[in-house]
Amino acid sequence: MRLVIDGAPRALAVTPGQCLRTALRADGNFGVKKGCDSGDCGACTVLLDGVPVHSCLTPAFRAEGCRVTTVGGLAAPGAGPDGLHPVQRAFLEHTAFQCGFCTPGMLVTASSLDQAQRRELARSMKGNICRCTGYGPIGDAIASLDAPMLPPVQRDPRSPLAPAAQAIVRGTARFTFDLPTADALQMVLLRSPHPHARIVSIDRDAALAVPGVRLVLTHEDVPALLYSTARHQDFRDSPDDTRLLDDVVRHAGQRVAAVVADTLAAAERGRDRLVVRYAPLPPVPTPDAALRADAPVIHDKDGAIARIADPRRNLVMALHDEVGDTAAGFAEADMVHEAEYRTQRMQHGHLETHGALAWIAEDGVLTVRTSSQVPFLTRDALARLFDRPPESVRVFCERVGGGFGGKQEMLCEDIVAFAALRTGRAVQLEFTREEQFTAATCRHPMRIRTRIGARRDGTLTALSIDLLSDTGAYGNFGAAVMFHAVNESIALYRCANKKVDARVVYTTTPPAGAFRGFGLGQACFAIEQSLDEIAGRLGIDPIAMRERTVIRPGDPMISTSGALHDVEYGSYGLDQCLAHLRTALRHDAVPDEIARDPDWCVGSGIACAMIDSAPPFGHRAQAGIALTDAGYVLTIGTAEFGNGSTTTHLQIAAAALGTSPDRIAIRQSDTALLGHDTGAFGSTGTAIAGLATERAAQALAGLIRQAATDRTGQAGDWRLTPDGVRDGDRLVTLAALAPLSADGEVAGTPRSVCFNVHGFRVAVHRPTGALRILQSVHAADAGHVINPVQCRGQVEGGVAQGIGSALFEQIRLDETGTVSNASFRSYHMPRLADLPRTEVFFADTHDRLGPLGAKPMSESPFNPVPAALANALADATGVRFRETPFTADRIWRALAAADGPC
Amino acid sequence: MDLNTIDTLVRPAVRRDLPAPARGDAFLAGGTWLFSEPQRDLVRLIDLPSLGWIPIAQEPDRLVLAATCTLAGLDAWAADAGWAAADMVRRCCRALWGSFKICNAATIGGNLCLALPAAPMAALTIALEATCVVWSGLETDRIPADRFILGPQRTCLAPGAVLRQIEVPSALLSARFALRQASLTVEGRSAALLIGRLDRDGFALAITASVPRPLSLRFDRLPDGAALRAAIEAASAADGWYDDMHGAPDWRRHMTVRLAGEILAELAA
Repeated sequence: MRLVIDGAPRALAVTPGQCLRTALRADGNFGVKKGCDSGDCGACTVLLDGVPVHSCLTPAFRAEGCRVTTVGGLAAPGAGPDGLHPVQRAFLEHTAFQCGFCTPGMLVTASSLDQAQRRELARSMKGNICRCTGYGPIGDAIASLDAPMLPPVQRDPRSPLAPAAQAIVRGTARFTFDLPTADALQMVLLRSPHPHARIVSIDRDAALAVPGVRLVLTHEDVPALLYSTARHQDFRDSPDDTRLLDDVVRHAGQRVAAVVADTLAAAERGRDRLVVRYAPLPPVPTPDAALRADAPVIHDKDGAIARIADPRRNLVMALHDEVGDTAAGFAEADMVHEAEYRTQRMQHGHLETHGALAWIAEDGVLTVRTSSQVPFLTRDALARLFDRPPESVRVFCERVGGGFGGKQEMLCEDIVAFAALRTGRAVQLEFTREEQFTAATCRHPMRIRTRIGARRDGTLTALSIDLLSDTGAYGNFGAAVMFHAVNESIALYRCANKKVDARVVYTTTPPAGAFRGFGLGQACFAIEQSLDEIAGRLGIDPIAMRERTVIRPGDPMISTSGALHDVEYGSYGLDQCLAHLRTALRHDAVPDEIARDPDWCVGSGIACAMIDSAPPFGHRAQAGIALTDAGYVLTIGTAEFGNGSTTTHLQIAAAALGTSPDRIAIRQSDTALLGHDTGAFGSTGTAIAGLATERAAQALAGLIRQAATDRTGQAGDWRLTPDGVRDGDRLVTLAALAPLSADGEVAGTPRSVCFNVHGFRVAVHRPTGALRILQSVHAADAGHVINPVQCRGQVEGGVAQGIGSALFEQIRLDETGTVSNASFRSYHMPRLADLPRTEVFFADTHDRLGPLGAKPMSESPFNPVPAALANALADATGVRFRETPFTADRIWRALAAADGPC
Repeated sequence: MDLNTIDTLVRPAVRRDLPAPARGDAFLAGGTWLFSEPQRDLVRLIDLPSLGWIPIAQEPDRLVLAATCTLAGLDAWAADAGWAAADMVRRCCRALWGSFKICNAATIGGNLCLALPAAPMAALTIALEATCVVWSGLETDRIPADRFILGPQRTCLAPGAVLRQIEVPSALLSARFALRQASLTVEGRSAALLIGRLDRDGFALAITASVPRPLSLRFDRLPDGAALRAAIEAASAADGWYDDMHGAPDWRRHMTVRLAGEILAELAA
C-alpha cells in the first residue's frame, strides 16, 4: 500500500483486518500512540487527507493513496523558527502535558480545529482523554491560538519546563514500546472466564500446531514459588499468594496460560485454540460473602508462611485497636454521629497500559524494558522468583505513560521474563485496555462505618472507625492500604479516645492494589463527611469546625497504638489552607440562569486531608552526580511518568551546584545505573529521591570547591557558577576539575506531614439530578514549592481524578464478580467537558526535613475531593450521599425520595 | 484495533460483486464500531464504501441518504440545506457519543445497523418517517424506519442483507421538530433521545435511548400532558426501560416523560 506519511512517500505491507495505527507504528511512526484501541481516548489521532480520525478505528487499507499527518508532520506548514506548529508551541508555553502519552493525539486533534470548534472545546475535545492534567492547561493552550496578539506567556523562572518537554510535543519522547520490536516474539495471555475454578486440564496441542506459535506456558511449567505482584520496600508487606501461573483461578480475567509466537496474530490464534477444562468453584463476589461462616476458602494456604491473617476466613489482615477509652468518650458526648459510607472500585486509567519487553543480553543478564514505577523492586522480585543473583537481572524504564499507583506492581514483567528465559528470545507483552480493567489492579473498594462523639462546642470526645476493605483475588497491598486508611485520616483530629476495627478480605473479584491516596481517599470520604454532619447538627460552620478540631504543631498525632513515631511537624500549613478556603469560596457568585430558576439549589462544602510525607518502614533512594568533561550528569533511580520529579531533581541539583537545570544531563530508572531506589510511589519523587539528589549535589559541590583549592593551591571563598568556580576575579573552569563525582542516599525517615483542603460550590437541578460545579478551590501545604507550575499541575490532576471518583467512575461487576464495563466507553473517565477549573493556593511554609524545604504533593490533592463534593451536595440539597459515585440518576432518585412524589 | 482473524477483504464495485453470505462475514462501513471491539468470529470483511454510493441526493419528492454517508457529511450538508428540519438533523448527528472525529468516519447505515439504544440515527429516521431500503440478495425490501430496529444490537436484517439507503419524504423536511436529549454527563452518551414532530397530520414522537428499541407515538393533534404520559407508559410497557451504566431505568423513564413534556410545550408555543 502506498501513501504519504508526514510528507514522505511510503510503501507499507498491511493485512486485511489491520488498523491504520498498527501500520503506522510498524513503519516507525511512534508518535501515534495506542491508548484504548477502541476510539475513545484519541491518543492515536492522525489526519487522513487533512481530516482527523482515530487511527485505531481506521482500516489500514483505507489510507491507500492518502496523505497521513501524525504529530511528527504537524510542523510542516505553520512552523515558526523553532520548527513547531503553533499548537505545539502553545502546549509548551502552557505546560499542557504531564506524562505526555496523550499529547500527540491532543496536538493533532487541536491542530485540526477551526475557530468555531475551538470555541466549543467541551465538544471538540471529547474524543481525547488526559488522565494527568485535568485539562486546564490544555484548554488554555488551545484557546491561546485565538489570541495571537497577547504577549507570550511569561514562564515563572522557578518553573523550568521538563527536560522531556520538547520531545513530548514533537512526539519523539520514547515510551515503553516506542522502538522497533519486529524481532521480538509476541505474547498473549489466555484469561479465565470463571471467577473461581480449578483447572482440570489444558490441552495445548492445537495451539502449538498454529504456524508461528513457539511456546505455550501453563501452571505445569512455572516455578512453584508464591509471591506478591505488589512491590514494597519490604516485599513481606503483602502476602505471598500468587503463582506465575496457577492451577486455581480466583477471578475472571486471571491469567491461565501464555502463548508466545512470531506475531500477535499467531499468538491470538494459538490462544483461541487452547482447550481448558475448568471445575467451577463457588464465586465469592463480595466481602460480606467472604466473611460468612460457610464461605468457600479462596486461598487454601498456610497463613503463617503466606502471611495471611486467617486464610480459613478469607481474612488477609485485621486490626482492632483502641487508644484511650472510647466508651467513656461517647458517654461524655453531647451528640453521637453514626453512619456508613461506601466507595467504589476504580481503575487508574493511565493511558499507557501495562507492558514489558524481556530479553537475555549478550552478557547473560536478563533484561526487562518496562512501564513501571518500581524498576528496582521489580528487579529484586525477578531475581527472587527465578532464583538468580540480582546483578544478573536488569530492569529499566524509559518514559512511562502514567502510573497513579497502578505500576507499583509486577503484572507482566514476571511472565515475559520467564518466556525470554525459556526461549532465549526477546518476548513482548502489552496489555489491552480490556485487560487493564479485568486483570490489572483497581482501587480497594471499602465500606466504612464511623461513630464519633462530640460536645456542643465541637470538641471530639470519641472517634471510632470500622473499615472493611475488599482486596479481591489477591492480597496486593491489602494490609498496607488498610493500615494507611485508618492512620492519617483520624490522626488529623484532636481526640483522646480513638478506636479502629479494620479488616481486609479476599473475594473472587479482580485484585485491588496501590492507587493514588493509598486508602486515604476512601477513609477521608467517611471521616470528612462525618465531621461535616456533626458540624451541621451542632450549627458550626464547617471551616470553623476544622479549625477547632484539627491537630496543631505540638499535638500528638494519634491513630492507633501501633503507629510509628517517626512523623514530625517538619512544617505546618493547614491553618493557612483553611484560611484560603474561607476567603476564596465566594458564596454570592451564582449564574443568572440558576439564580432565577427555583428548581436549582446551591450549596458549598469543604474537606481536609493529611498525609505523611513518605510511606512507613523506610523508602530508600540513591543518587549519583558526576562532573565530567561534558558537564554534569545526574543519575537517579526514579522513573518519570509525568509527576515532574525529574524536573525538580534537576532544579535541586542546579541549586546546590550554582548552575541551571538545562546544564545537567540526567540518566534514570535503570537498575544498571544505581544500587537501589525504592521507587516513585507514595509521593516520594521529590521528598525522598529529591533529598538524595540534594545530598549528592551538595557533596559534589564540596568536592569541586576542594578541587579548586587544590588546583590553585589557594584556599578561598569558592563560589560555584555555571561556568566554573569563582573567588573574586579568579575562575577555575569546571572542565579543568573533571572528573569528580559524589553520591547521596536517603532512608526515608524521619517523615513530615502535608495538608490539603478542598472546597466546592455546586448547583443541583432537583428535577433531573444534574449537578454543576460552580467553583472548585484547593489549598495545599507542599512546603516550599520548588516548581509552582508543575506542582499546580499535580494538584489539578489530583482534583480531576477525585472528581472522576466522586461523580463518574465505577468498575461494575455482575453477580459473579466479573467486570461488565471493561472499556473507556463504559467506564467514564472525565473529559474536558466534565471538569471545572480549580483555583489553587499554596500555604507559605518551609519544611525542615524536605529538600529545599519542599514536601510531596502528588497523590494527596486527590484525597479530600469526593468528601468535599458530597458535603457541598448535602449543603445544597439537604440529602447525604454516602456512596460514590453520585451520578445524576442517583442524585435524582435520592432527591425524589426526599421530596416525595412530584 | 487489529482484527487479526480477518483473512479476506472484499471490495465490491457494483451490487453483483457482493459475495454470497457466509459465516464470519461482516459488512464494513466506517469501521468505527467494528474496529472498536474484538471480533474473534469474523474472517471476511465486505467493504461497502467501495460501492461508491452517492452520499446524499435531493430528489423532488424525497431525500436519499446512502447508508455509507458519514454523520459528518450529513451534518455539513444539513448546515446549508435551509429546511425546517435542518437544525434537528444536525443535532442528531451531534448526539452521537463518539467524538467529531468518529463522525468523520461513522455512517448513517452503520449507526442504524449497530442498533444501540442510543443510536441517534434511529431517532432521526423515525422522526422523519424514513424508509430503509434493503438489498437482500437480488431482492430489494422497503422497511419503515420504526420497524428496522428490534432490540439492542438487533435489526430486521437477515444474514447477508445490506442496508442500501434511507429515503425521507421531502414534505416532512418542512415540519416543525423539537429535540431533547438526556445524558448522565455533559456531551455524554444519550440516556434518552426524543424528537417530536408537528405538521398537518398531527403530532409524532420518537423515543429512543431510554428504551431497548425505539418507540414511535402518533397523535392526530397535540395531546395534553396526561395523555402523552399515558401513551408513553403504555408504549413502554412491553419492553420496559433500558438499563446500563449510562443511566438507571427509573431515571430514564422519569427523564423521558419530562422531556416529552418539554417537547410538547415547545411545539405548542
